[in-house]
Amino acid sequence: MRLHDIRPQKTLTVVTMTLGVQTLAIPAHLLREILDPLPVTRVPGAGPHVPGVVNVRGSVVPLADLKHALSIPDEGHDDRRRILVLEVVLGGEVAVVAISADAVHEVTTIETQAIEPVPVSAQGWPPDYLTGLYRGAQGFVLIPALETIFSNLANRPMANLL
Amino acid sequence: MTDDMSAIFREELRDLLESLERGLLDLKSRPTDTGLINQVFRDLHTVKGSGAMFGFTALAAFIHEFETVFDRVRAGVIPAGQEIVRLALAAKDEIPGLVDGDPDPDGRREAILGALRDIMAGQPVAEAGAEDLAGPPLARLRFRLTGAALAMGARPDILLEELRGLGAAHIVADVSAVPGLDRLDVDTCAIGWSMDLPAGVTFAQLEDVFLFVDADWQHDPVKAPTGADAPAPQDPTPAPPVAAMAPPPVETAPSVAAPPARDSRADAAGATIRVPAERLDGLMDSVGELVILEARLTELARESRDPALIATAEQITRLAAGLRDTTMTMRMVPMRSLVGRFRRLVLDLSDKLGKPVEFSVIGEDTELDKTVIEKLADPLVHILRNAIDHGMETAAERAASGKGGTGLIELSAAHAGAEVLIRVRDDGRGMDPARIRAKAMAQGLIAADTVLTDAQIFTLVFEPGFSTADRVTELSGRGVGMDVVRRTIESLRGSLEIESRLGEGTSVTLRLPLTLAIIEGLLIEVAGERYTLPMASVQEIVELPPEKTQPKRTGDFLDIRGRFVPFLRLRALFDCAGQPGPAQNVVIVMSGEHRVGLVVDRIVGTNQTVIKQMSKLHASVRAVSGATILGDGSVALILDVAHLVGMGRAQTEPQAAAREVAA
Repeated sequence: MRLHDIRPQKTLTVVTMTLGVQTLAIPAHLLREILDPLPVTRVPGAGPHVPGVVNVRGSVVPLADLKHALSIPDEGHDDRRRILVLEVVLGGEVAVVAISADAVHEVTTIETQAIEPVPVSAQGWPPDYLTGLYRGAQGFVLIPALETIFSNLANRPMANLL
Repeated sequence: MTDDMSAIFREELRDLLESLERGLLDLKSRPTDTGLINQVFRDLHTVKGSGAMFGFTALAAFIHEFETVFDRVRAGVIPAGQEIVRLALAAKDEIPGLVDGDPDPDGRREAILGALRDIMAGQPVAEAGAEDLAGPPLARLRFRLTGAALAMGARPDILLEELRGLGAAHIVADVSAVPGLDRLDVDTCAIGWSMDLPAGVTFAQLEDVFLFVDADWQHDPVKAPTGADAPAPQDPTPAPPVAAMAPPPVETAPSVAAPPARDSRADAAGATIRVPAERLDGLMDSVGELVILEARLTELARESRDPALIATAEQITRLAAGLRDTTMTMRMVPMRSLVGRFRRLVLDLSDKLGKPVEFSVIGEDTELDKTVIEKLADPLVHILRNAIDHGMETAAERAASGKGGTGLIELSAAHAGAEVLIRVRDDGRGMDPARIRAKAMAQGLIAADTVLTDAQIFTLVFEPGFSTADRVTELSGRGVGMDVVRRTIESLRGSLEIESRLGEGTSVTLRLPLTLAIIEGLLIEVAGERYTLPMASVQEIVELPPEKTQPKRTGDFLDIRGRFVPFLRLRALFDCAGQPGPAQNVVIVMSGEHRVGLVVDRIVGTNQTVIKQMSKLHASVRAVSGATILGDGSVALILDVAHLVGMGRAQTEPQAAAREVAA
């Protein structure tokens, strides 16, 4: 999802969540459900981006940690931790992917005019991984480009023998 | 027209085209089989009819010309020659394009129709169905209405009118069976008829006439002199029944005119229903969830120690098992659905390479899971291509080695326990172990001093990059393909074997599991994490000898009854923290001919494993082939035995390791 793709709509409904000290906004149309923490099965050799899988109502769903993709430092987590189950397009097909959130806040509708492109000089984020950002009540809120992030993760070269 | 209806037509069309292709290919070897000709005609007719109904007018017009030709073939005016079959196959290939509205820039369609018109122009045009009293009558028809035909509303006058429309002449009534007045029955037609018919009238046309009446009819397509055996001409209308006095003495024997063997598709249609594949997949998913929940329920019931709950859980277990078996059976598809494609492939290749080949199929009713069937198509295409391109000799070479001019390629499928064996056998030149060995050495696949049995040497052809073909043809010889075959078969949890005798032929056997959806699994534990191994690959379980508990720098081996088996420490492989307990087990698993031991902390037990695919995000993790959900709701990963065995071999042979990485 690119910024110029969403500009024609006047508004965008998002779910806001926390990762470390950062607030992210996930477009609500990608969200299938929000779950309490689930037992995670580690996938050996999968690396830190998508370290494991979870059982979401009988389906085995990969659990991704966006902190690594977006270079957000890990601040630990408490009982506000949740799992967001998303439907994203991956290699031309709709795939179910879960992401961890340190906390989930609210569903809100923002004006697309308020979304700004990521400044080229800004921080260490790979610019491809962010659709844009907007000013929320407590500082900047990032809108991750989930489809780009997951496509890159799916096409990683085989990093190990496992 | 809605898209829905168009989709229905396309689906129907796919079946029709398959049937049409099969019919045409069979017709090539049995050109005089009227049953086949009729089947081809019917298929063409249905394609045209439904095409026109759904608005595909270009298709209908195209097929119409074909139907005309096959109508002549059916009438016996034109023989079903090789040229017609070739053109018809080419035309069949054009049909999907016509449906999709693809343009025909090269004018292929017109060329096909032109060639057809030429064939027809070279033949006398006999208009079947037109009255042709001048021509000599070539067939005789006798019929008699059986049972209470008149009571059922049969009208002999209309039948006779229809037969006249087909060109019937010299219609003669046979009143020999008419009983005395006191025994006449109003419901029975006591009169039979005989007549001369033009040669062009086919069995199928007569079948249409007698479709709705109980008639005993006999079509005699021999030359019979006009009216030779007819009794004195009589008025062909039935004598009006006078009175009903007694039960009918006229023949009430069951109809003896055997109806022509109907298209099996028509028979099957009544007993089967068409279900979209996604619904079956959905059902399988639900059953999978049910099996998982049932495991959970059984565990909870056992913990509760409540006899009523335990009994209920047992019943659910039984029901779930039945439902699982039924669902898996529903997903079974006969091999036949694949074979049509192969017939065509073999025919085309044999024409192209000038190697006459007879293709025989045994056990095309053998059933496999639909997912397996879908994935099997490409490997079998590779194997068949290889068999014809490399294995088969030309007719001249065959003659020189004292074989018959036509080569044989046999595809067979059969069940063997929980597996299906699919074998492609040819009677070609066979494989030369010495030559393969030399090639493999030249390509660096094996060392000069490697000792290998012939069977092991033959499996080298499945190695990536291996090819014995001295020249690369358009079809094969690039050395890609056979390794793809092996990889596909292994991804289906199957294995393959190759046998060959120089000068006598080669056979490639694929062993495949019946299903991919639910397997028997062995649950193991490594550092508190649980994994599943497919039970079919587990050979045995041994204790890890105390002297082997510490990893060595060089390869780790176990002595299993005098044979060295490499083993992998799953704790180390999976990067687990902590130290293992004092007693560790080694599960010996096998893939193909090779074994590897897997060191685990604990054997948990066997379970029904519902296989779930891993996400694309984990495509790079090759040691894991899937996942399953356990009774407690947690996910256990299914280990990829073929890959682990490869790693075990890599540990023993550095060369193999290099290849694994390259692959």
